[in-house]
Amino acid sequence: MAMKFKSNISDKAEMQLTSMIDVIFLLLIFFVMTFKISAQEGDFNVKMPIGGGSGTMDTTDIPIKLRLRSNADGELIDIVVDDTRSFGNDFSQLRAFILQLTGGNAPPDAADGPEVEIDLDYNLRYEYVIGAITAITGQRQGDKIERLVERIKFAAPRKPQ
Amino acid sequence: MAVIRKSEVKMSEGDMTSMIDMVFQLIIFFMVLINFSQEDQNEKIKLPSSELAKPADAPLEHPIVLNLDFNGTVYMGSEIATVPGLRPLLQVEADALKAKGLSATDANIIIRSHQNTAGGLVQELIKKCQEVGFEKFALRAREDRG
Repeated sequence: MAMKFKSNISDKAEMQLTSMIDVIFLLLIFFVMTFKISAQEGDFNVKMPIGGGSGTMDTTDIPIKLRLRSNADGELIDIVVDDTRSFGNDFSQLRAFILQLTGGNAPPDAADGPEVEIDLDYNLRYEYVIGAITAITGQRQGDKIERLVERIKFAAPRKPQ
Repeated sequence: MAVIRKSEVKMSEGDMTSMIDMVFQLIIFFMVLINFSQEDQNEKIKLPSSELAKPADAPLEHPIVLNLDFNGTVYMGSEIATVPGLRPLLQVEADALKAKGLSATDANIIIRSHQNTAGGLVQELIKKCQEVGFEKFALRAREDRG
């Protein structure tokens, strides 16, 4: 007579999950606490050796002078190019001028092409300086950025008003 | 004689599988989005926005981050200084580069200035850096996609 063996295969092997869940929750809390939503940041690169321009200087290479005037509160009141053309406080007009000047194309080499020297009133708020740099260095077309002027530098700082 | 039969107390066990799945997904989400490169950012600084400010494809070489507040305070790592008193801190950085066989001209000064800072103050900061020998600057702005 054949013997019958009772099989124990149906018993499930149970893992102890408590400690793993503890660690996972700690990780989750860490990531939630350190998570910070912030906008992406980008840079405008300026090469400015002391007493020099932003690249190789030669005597025929006269930079475009961009004068930014402000009132006492640091608000932009006037954008003047080469002491002749005034654009009020409209950066789009300044960009149109730069587009006209460059033909809408950046030079193949960053060291070539026109150079812009920014001369600003001491009190002018930095956001306007970045606005001016944005207007002269390029324009965004969809996801693509079209480069215009690569070489920018600052004039000597003016005295506080 | 009454016999009290000890009944085995069974713990009720819920199915944890779906919860663990979800928690793992949350962890992966936060791990992917966490950005340790923001450690140089100072929360007091509200950067100006620019449509051209796009994150660089490659990080700048030998970066030195200067956070400039609108009242003229400069935060450089854990050090705090004013623009006129920044030179000793910059000199330390220049000396550290020299010890590595590099020079100040190899470093990139990243200027994170508050949008309301006087532009002249930023110019003075650049001038201070130039006096120590730094010549590559990156003016940082917040990306504005309209």
